[in-house]
Parts: sequence; C-alpha cells; structure tokens
Amino acid sequence: MEFRFTEEQRMIRDTAQAFLAEISSSQAIRSAMATEQGYEDKIWQRICDEMYWQAVHIPEEYGGMGLGYVELVAMLEQMGRYLLCSPFFSTLCLAANALMIAGTAEQKRHYLSQICDGSLTATLAYTSINGQWGAGAIQGTVETQGNNYVLNGTYRYVPDGHTAELLIVAARKEGSTGEKGISLFAIPADTPGVSRTWLPTMDQTRKQAEIVLENVILSAEHLMGEQSNAWPQLRKVIQLATIATAAEQTGGSQQVLDLTVAYTKERVQFGRPIASFQAVKHQAADMMLRTEVARSAVYYAACVAEESINGGPLAGELAEAASVAKSYCSDGYFNNASDAIQLHGGVGFTWEYDVHLYFKRAKSSELFLGNAAYHRELVAKMLLD
Amino acid sequence: MDFNDSKEEAAFRETCRAWLNDNAKRKASPDEVFGRGMSAAELMQAAREWQGRKAQAGFGAITWPEKFGGRGGSPIQEVIYRQEEGKYKVPVGAFNVSLGMVIPSLFVHANSSEAKQHVNDALHGKELWCQLLSEPNAGSDLGMIRTKAERCTDGRDGWIINGQKVWTTLAQFADCGLVLTRTDPDVPKFAGMTTFYVDMNAEGVEICPIRQANGEEEFNEVFFTDVFVPDIQRVGDVGAGWKVTLTGLMNERLSIGGVIPPELWRTTIKHMQECDLGDGKTALDDGVMRQQLSDLYLNAQGLWLLQCRGLTALGQGREPGAELSVAKIVGARTLQDFSYFAMDLKGTGGILTADDLGDSWRLVEQLWMGAAGMRIAGGTDEIVKNNVGERVLGLPPEPRTDKGKTYKELLSGS
Repeated sequence: MEFRFTEEQRMIRDTAQAFLAEISSSQAIRSAMATEQGYEDKIWQRICDEMYWQAVHIPEEYGGMGLGYVELVAMLEQMGRYLLCSPFFSTLCLAANALMIAGTAEQKRHYLSQICDGSLTATLAYTSINGQWGAGAIQGTVETQGNNYVLNGTYRYVPDGHTAELLIVAARKEGSTGEKGISLFAIPADTPGVSRTWLPTMDQTRKQAEIVLENVILSAEHLMGEQSNAWPQLRKVIQLATIATAAEQTGGSQQVLDLTVAYTKERVQFGRPIASFQAVKHQAADMMLRTEVARSAVYYAACVAEESINGGPLAGELAEAASVAKSYCSDGYFNNASDAIQLHGGVGFTWEYDVHLYFKRAKSSELFLGNAAYHRELVAKMLLD
Repeated sequence: MDFNDSKEEAAFRETCRAWLNDNAKRKASPDEVFGRGMSAAELMQAAREWQGRKAQAGFGAITWPEKFGGRGGSPIQEVIYRQEEGKYKVPVGAFNVSLGMVIPSLFVHANSSEAKQHVNDALHGKELWCQLLSEPNAGSDLGMIRTKAERCTDGRDGWIINGQKVWTTLAQFADCGLVLTRTDPDVPKFAGMTTFYVDMNAEGVEICPIRQANGEEEFNEVFFTDVFVPDIQRVGDVGAGWKVTLTGLMNERLSIGGVIPPELWRTTIKHMQECDLGDGKTALDDGVMRQQLSDLYLNAQGLWLLQCRGLTALGQGREPGAELSVAKIVGARTLQDFSYFAMDLKGTGGILTADDLGDSWRLVEQLWMGAAGMRIAGGTDEIVKNNVGERVLGLPPEPRTDKGKTYKELLSGS
C-alpha cells in the first residue's frame, strides 16, 4: 500500500507553499479582491514567469510541464490555503481541461500553447440562471446557419467570466433536453455578440460573471468535440473541476485550523491560553478530523483523475470519487471555517482578521459545482443503480 | 398557565398599537428592514428622532421609574411594546444599550443633578450612550481590564484615565460613555474597579472604527490618553465598578423578548416555494427540507417559550436564571439555521449579494454572516455553557489559576 505523495510531489507541494506564502499574503489577497478583475496582473505575471504553473498539467507537446493530476491537486491545496486570487483555476482547471479532453488538434495546438506561455486566460461557461450543475444547467442554444453556428443564451456563475480572453461554452440544440444535443465551442471573448458582466459575490476572492450571447456567429473551427454529443466529455471536465475545487477546499480547511490553533495558543484569558480549555480542544480536534478525512478523499480522487486522463484501472471511478470528495470537502471546509470564527472570539468577527475570508470562500466553493447534498444524491443514485 | 395577555396587558398592547398606528408606517412584510440606502449617520439621526417621539408619548423607556421619565412598567410591558413596534418600519436598537444597560446604572448609582440631566437627555434621544467595557486583553475575562483611573494630584477634584477599550458599539455616534476602570491593582481583580461616565468628545478620547466581517462598522476601539474626568462623574463608590457593571448586564435581560424577527418560518416557506427542484416540484415537496422547516419552527417556538418563562420570573420579581442564558444560545443558532437554510434553498444564487438578488435577500445576507457574531458577542456560547454547567448544573469548576490573587499578581503571571 502506498497512498502518499512521492518525494517529487512533496517537493512540488512545499515549493508551492513557500511561494504562495510570499505572494498571497493577507495584504495581497485583500488588494486583489477589492478590484473587479479580482487579481493583480503583476502577481499573475510572476506566477507564469517564475513558477510556470499555468502549464502544469498541459502535455509537453503544447509547451506544458506534462505533470499529472496528483501534482495539480497538491498545488491546488496550497492555493486554497492561501486564497490565491488568480485566473489559475478558471484557466487550468476549467478551460485547459476542456481543451485537453474535447479540443480538436488545431484548437489544442493554438490555445494550449498560448495558455502555456502565459498569454491567454480562459474559462468554461455552461450553467444558466437556474444555477444547476448537471446537464440540465445548459440552457444556451445553438443552431446551424450554413457552415456557421449561431449561439444565444445567458450563462451565470462563470469564474473569471468577465476577464477571461477565451470562453469555452456549452450550448444545446434547440428542443433538446437533458444530456442530449449538447455542443462545446471555443469562443474568443471579443467575438461580436458576447457581453460579460461582473457579478457581486459575497466571496470576493473568487470573481464570477454573467455572460450573455446574442446571435454569436461562429465558424466551424470553433466547435470542440462532436456536434450535439459533447456531454460525455463535458461531464468529465466537470468532474475534474469538482476534484480541483475539493483540493482547494482541503487547503482552506487546513488553514483555518492552523489559524485557530495559533490564535487559541496565544490568547490568554482567565490566566491561561484558551487552548488549554477542554471545550476549545475538542472543537479543534473535530476540525482536524474533518480536514484529514477530506484530504484522504481528495487525494484518492486525484489518483482516479490522473488515471481517467492517462489510463489506468481506477479510471471508471471518476464520477464517484469526484462526488465523494466534493461532499466531504464542502461540509468539512464550511464547518471548520465556522468553528474557526467561533474560536477566535470577537476578532473572528472583524474584517481585519482573515477568518471571514475563508468562511465566505468555504460557502462559495461549497455552492460551486454542487454542494454536499447534491453530491450525496449523486452517490446515492450510483449506489442504488 | 396562561399565555394570553392578561386584561391589563391586552389594554396596554392596545395603547401601544394605537399610538404606533398614528405615528409610524407599518412594514410591508415581516422581514423589511428600516434604513435601506441610508448612511450610518442618517440612520443615527432617524433613531434619535424616533426615540424623542417615543419618549414624549411615554414609550421611551417603559420599565424606568416614573420619576426618571419611564412608566414604572413591568418587563412584560416592554416586551409587548417591542413586539408591536417590530411591525413598523422604524429604527430599532440604537438606544438599547443607552437606555437598557447604561443609564439604569446611573439612576441606581449616581445622584447628581448632572446625572439626572443626562438621564433625561438620553431618554429623549438627545444623547446616545455607549458602554466601554471590553479591552484587547479582557474579553471573556473582563476582570482583567487594564484601563486605569488615577486620582488627580494637581488639586483638581477628579481622575485621569489612560487605556484602551474595544468592541464599543456605536461609540462613533455616542455623546457619553460609561467606562469601567482599574483603580486598585493590589486587590483581587473584581474588587479594584471603578465606573465613570465620560464625555466622548473630551480631550484625549480617540475613537477608531473596527470593520466587521459583514462589512459594517458598528464597533470601535476607544483610546483614552490622559482624559480628565471630574469626580462628580464617578458612578458608584470607588471599588464598586463591578457591581455597577453587573447592574447594567442584568438589564440586558429585557432584550430577551426581541431576538427573533417574528414568523421567520413564513419567510422560509416563501424561499421553499421559490426553490425549483424540477419535474414541477419545489422544496415544499421534499421530505428533508420539510423536516428542516419543522426544525426551524420548533426552535423558534422553543425559544419563545424559554423567553416566556424568563419573563414570568422577571414579572414576579425573580431572577430568570438558566432560561435566559440558554435562550441566547438557542436564539443565535436558530437565526443561523434560518439563514443557512435560506442559503441552501437559494442554491448557487446564494453566492451573490443582495445587490444582485434584491432587497428581500438582505435579511438573509445580514443574518448569514451576522449570526456568527451573535454566538460570540455579549457572552460567547462557551462562556454561557461554562456558566450553565457550573452555576446552574453545579458541576465542579475547572481548576482556576486566577482565583485568590491580586490583579497585580495575575498581571505578572500571564
């Protein structure tokens, strides 16, 4: 049995942690979140130039580092821990995955190489105002017009949708329902008919947007995957993104525990550190338990994700692993963040202390791509079929 | 047992209703919140005006003795008034600390004509008072406050205060504040404190707002640098500061009637109706969610019953005891559950703020973050549970390392 990071993976994790501790300080997070863009160009530049993270799991033939999903998850955990405000998640965990799984050879060559050299940010848009996360979320429509496609629709809750330069968009053939009739398109954000609006989210560390497509005309080379049959691929992209989110949640879950331990050891009341009181100890122990279970689930899911991309016996478990991880990590992160506020006492309720930033990110990432109840239902369906 | 208004209570309720009908606008829905679009300063001004009108009509401070401008009424009358007022779109809460906790200490412990003038001004909304208790090193452990008051040695009949207070609600608008200070470090911590009232505009008083996790700035840090306070502004004897503070904290119980906005469960049903589960079903058709609705209703009912028991005790001149402490925990948790459930029902849209979702979402948004604060402020859940365990249940206290020592000894120890 060998269920742990290799030495190389540990190094990647540790390097990521050290770098993020430097560039994603509390001050950096607060500066970035106060802008509508949601990230500082200079910092994203540094990430691309110094760490080359924008190319982490993209194959070498496109200029990528060709690392695996486990390495990606190791990095994402640290990014969640430091609430990194950057287009990394949307570009790599949504769009790049979509390109790698559904893109044509030309699209992969063209767009992945630009992502790798740091000159292109991208995201994925599929859910409508209904805020669902399965195939039913897709309400935007596509019709053919000669050799072109015409898209119409409103998409919501799109991470970095207002700043991404490339939009991977799902639309369904008029009249189709459920998993049928879905197509994927690669749309440059400046295509006529595309308008994007920033949405006011209570978690300011991850920006979301509404995207409206009004008679957007696309030539054939923008189609990704098989026309009207892209759901199987899109579903896989969603599952991979779900695991990526769970990895960030695990990092955040750990961070609020660490902040709480540090605070309760320092805070003295009634002549001793409040950490010495049993009620406080028990809560901290519960927080650790939740984090460790969540971490176990997401590391396993990372292994499954890796094999689902590059082949292996675990590949068939992707759906289940994603839902299990998202359930544990969503509840664990939110409960931990909530307990962290409580254990910080008065300062936990101030803007100045970082705990509320994690509390809000815990909730927004819980809601993104389906909360614990949604995923538990998916697992139940898998079990009962 | 009788939960109906007694004849006298019903008559009083009618009086309140009649006056409110003539003097205020009714809320369009139970979760309407007064003050949308108003700045904090405008809200404060509106609160002062409303307080003034209430005071003129005899509703300004119902339980105060008549000689101080109250009606000499019972706690249940105060609760009845607040229940009725809750149906109207008026600014509530700004004067709760002034009139509910701080000023009553004045009329029990301070007798000067100046003090009497302050009492009258506060009642009529002309003066807002704040309470200066907690400090960075003294939150739950309030006994460890360091802000000190030293007798003047230059011939003036007064004291010089130096130190820092934190979490002072509405200090930025307060005219006066009641401050707890250390006057004798050579006795056990609770014995060496004295209370004064200060002019918040006095030289040496500096107020700095603290931004809260919900983005608002209700609380403040208040710094005292060589602030002169005449002895006539001392409230109670030297060394009686803790006793004076307890008088104020006792009066906090009058707020037990108004913790939960009425009929939150109706709002929840509305949210459930709007939650589309597909196939023509809404959350109202989902068994798990119906259970959550029931839970919310049960908790709100349970809380109301706890409050009734507490009020009964108060009305009969007894201490409410356990019911009151536990009510705080249940109240905060119920509000948290309501807002968390509303968030779940909204689904992904819950990521957004009321700026996108509309005004009717504002209550949920406020409670979602604010409920976390409720479990901490005014006695954390953990301290309340300690007290319930040790004082109500009589469980052996945890070993205390801070008993039987002077304040000075404790300071060097920690």
